[in-house]
Amino acid sequence: MAEKVKDVLIGPIFVNNPIALQILGICSALAVTTSLDTSITMTVAVIAVLSLSNFMVSIIRNLIPSSIRIIVQMCIIASLVIVVDQVLKAFLYEISKQLSVFVGLIITNCIVMGRAEAYAMKNTPFMSLIDGIGNGLGYGIVLIFVGVFRELFGKGSLFGVSILTPATEGGWYQPNGLMVLAPSAFFLIGLFIWAVRTWKPDQVEHEG
Amino acid sequence: MSGSRETVGKTITVAAVLCIACSILVSAAAVSLRSTQQKNKALDKKKNILAAAGLLEEGADVEAVFAEKVKIKIVNLGKGTYNEDFDPATFDQRKAAKDPDTSIKIPSGEDLARIKRRATVASVYEVYDNGQLKQVVFPVHGKGLWSTMYGFLALEPDMRTVAGLGFYEHGETPGLGGEIDNPKWKATWVGKKIFDDSDKMSIDVLKGQTVAGSPKIQYEVDGLSGATLTANGVEDLVRYWLAEDTFKPYIEKIRQRGA
Repeated sequence: MAEKVKDVLIGPIFVNNPIALQILGICSALAVTTSLDTSITMTVAVIAVLSLSNFMVSIIRNLIPSSIRIIVQMCIIASLVIVVDQVLKAFLYEISKQLSVFVGLIITNCIVMGRAEAYAMKNTPFMSLIDGIGNGLGYGIVLIFVGVFRELFGKGSLFGVSILTPATEGGWYQPNGLMVLAPSAFFLIGLFIWAVRTWKPDQVEHEG
Repeated sequence: MSGSRETVGKTITVAAVLCIACSILVSAAAVSLRSTQQKNKALDKKKNILAAAGLLEEGADVEAVFAEKVKIKIVNLGKGTYNEDFDPATFDQRKAAKDPDTSIKIPSGEDLARIKRRATVASVYEVYDNGQLKQVVFPVHGKGLWSTMYGFLALEPDMRTVAGLGFYEHGETPGLGGEIDNPKWKATWVGKKIFDDSDKMSIDVLKGQTVAGSPKIQYEVDGLSGATLTANGVEDLVRYWLAEDTFKPYIEKIRQRGA
């Protein structure tokens, strides 16, 4: 049992990463990773929504009629996302302003729906909760990886603290404008996938 | 095990119970957190007024500075006179803009800021230092690419020179139109002239960068690359709110008072 919990929790981080292996949830990974603090807030928000939605779906999994199961999952996810959004607005106002619509868009994040449908509908509430946290972490590690590079090379700072002083502020570093724009996240996620698949060659898809 | 839960009755029951449970959860969160959120919003608004006026310092008590230096007045738009019918502390311009009694429809040809309706009155924030008028902060808003952008524009006592500009609410794309929040871009506004010497509206947000030595450099602001429509929206809303129909008469009154 303990071994299985560990697998479910740690597995999605590198072995079965939702972004790197399953290529889910790319949209928000592009949008919120321009700086590290928004990446981390988004990660926490997704972990909260994903673990709780998994947990709740799993509790009522034997009651959900299969004809409306998707909309039931959607309804639970949407409610949780609204709650998270309200909490952010109340306690982390500045960051919630930066995340703007993207917290709301967690509703459409394929990872959340995917885990509810693929895991929580078939497993116990506790394991589903762990699976939610694990997949949230897997999503978060990519976000943070991308966020570090984009903020460091795009703005020369981390957490808003200047590390490479940009030329415009009297330093030597010429910020890379591409890093601030969405396409750079594609390149970074691509590099991340490359690195993970070099490390774990069994993830490489076989052609034909 | 699936047979028993596939009936129509069961399906409707599950759907109904779920809807009620979810709506209770959502409304409980919304209601219980509302007061904290409103406090945040009010504080954020004051912070933005002070930021536009360049009075926001790290660690300073926003409420105290605001109470000491800023006088809120309600102005009749298009007339420039003070309006005493509203309580400045509780006046809500957005509510006023929706109420038919306190708002007008903007004729489509004149709706530069693309906001359709506006209140007939507006608050202005007069910033004083030792009894001397230092700046006036105007609330402005208008459409960007995706959203209505709400912000503040501060003018020097000459009522011609920009002292600061900032937005406190918008839904523009982070990294592109969202760059209207970038301190560097906001700084490029400071010192620009809204009106030329003959008092003609002259402010211009370019598409691209300003060129040093341009004859109109004092009226020109850098555009935002990748966000031309948002930048145009900012220019339009500044032009709209400082026009004859809106704040211009008040601006002239302030100038006369100073002279």
